[in-house]
Amino acid sequence: MSVTKLLEIAIGAILINNFIFSQFLGCCPFLGCSSKVDTATGMGLAVVFVMGLASAICYVVYDFLLVPLGLEFLKTLAFILVIAALVQFVEMFLKKAVPSLYAALGIYLPLITTNCAVLGVVLLNVQNNYNFLGSVVYGITGGLGFMLAIVLFASVRERIAYADYPECFEGFPICLVSAGLVALAFMGFSGMQIF
Amino acid sequence: MNFKRQLKEGVITNNPILVQQLGMCATMAITTSLFNGVGMGLSVLIILTCCNVAVSAVRKFIPDEIRLAIFVVIIAGFVTIVDLLLQAFIPALSESLGVFIPLIVVNCIIIGRAEAFCQKNPVGASFVDGITQGLGYTVVLVIMCVIRELLGSGRFGGGLIDLAKGITLDGTGTGIQLFNSDYGASILTLPVGGFLTLGFLFAAMQAALKKSAKKKAAAAKTEEKEDEAA
Repeated sequence: MSVTKLLEIAIGAILINNFIFSQFLGCCPFLGCSSKVDTATGMGLAVVFVMGLASAICYVVYDFLLVPLGLEFLKTLAFILVIAALVQFVEMFLKKAVPSLYAALGIYLPLITTNCAVLGVVLLNVQNNYNFLGSVVYGITGGLGFMLAIVLFASVRERIAYADYPECFEGFPICLVSAGLVALAFMGFSGMQIF
Repeated sequence: MNFKRQLKEGVITNNPILVQQLGMCATMAITTSLFNGVGMGLSVLIILTCCNVAVSAVRKFIPDEIRLAIFVVIIAGFVTIVDLLLQAFIPALSESLGVFIPLIVVNCIIIGRAEAFCQKNPVGASFVDGITQGLGYTVVLVIMCVIRELLGSGRFGGGLIDLAKGITLDGTGTGIQLFNSDYGASILTLPVGGFLTLGFLFAAMQAALKKSAKKKAAAAKTEEKEDEAA
């Protein structure tokens, strides 16, 4: 894949087709872990890491194991197992090698298994026919888009704490409405022609 | 097991989306036409019921430490079956829902029910729970679709209902145009509309639940008073 094509994938994944604001992938952790900027940043970093690695490994599993065996229809099952194993492995590795980061991520690390952005990105890689480099770039930049969204939204939420809104919007609904407004801002990127 | 009580729990008091706050990605993403909403709702209902029965049937043989991994494999198996069936028999639905059908695997509703309900309850009750929770999910999806489609493009039942052909399963139905789509708030059909509509639905649900709780508290109070008076 040419450099311009990779750049197009990258900018598309971060801004134009942002995983959260235009594809709705990964909304649960987005709404669940965005009450503070610190935890949001940690969650974002962990997702970037896992999405990049999962894209690389799932590409290898799909192209060198499932396709030669004619088992493409098992891809959902294979991918979710790869992701679950990967998250477990990353958790064990971080615990031994970088205990400070492990402590910072805490409970969010195992929860990444059920983040639909991770399974979504590997399925989209197959659907879009990206090659190895394209898949990895899409995985990492998709994660960066997720991180951008969750950090931005966490700062918005810190402000909401001081806002005055109707009682029935307490908690979850006001988050959804303000997420909608942030998504509206991201719509400004849609239709942008890069090259 | 009381079917009526479970039905009320699944659809209203313990609704998977509006009360348990599970599985919101797909809810916001695919509710752009009634065809998508009904298709997604019924797919989840079928998968949820099958998974509930399977998990509940094997609940006594599963070691506690690896139960989540086993649940995920069971769920992924049923999701693959439904995915392939849709590709074979309703390809239009499979195309328009796209990646969200395989993503049912990581839909928190299914693993949540397996963990919270089926692990502790017999097969029959789990079967009923799958159907009622699935119905609760479908109802919310349909409400979202109707609101977004009607206010966004002035249509009802896009893809599913056609005035000339009746009910269409190939997604070609044009729906019933209630007013000119130029006058619709097209923002509601965009991703932003998903967030906004779900936010307002949540708020309405919270207000309604609070009101009924207040009513119940007031009723309990008057009863107490009557008791005391007696």
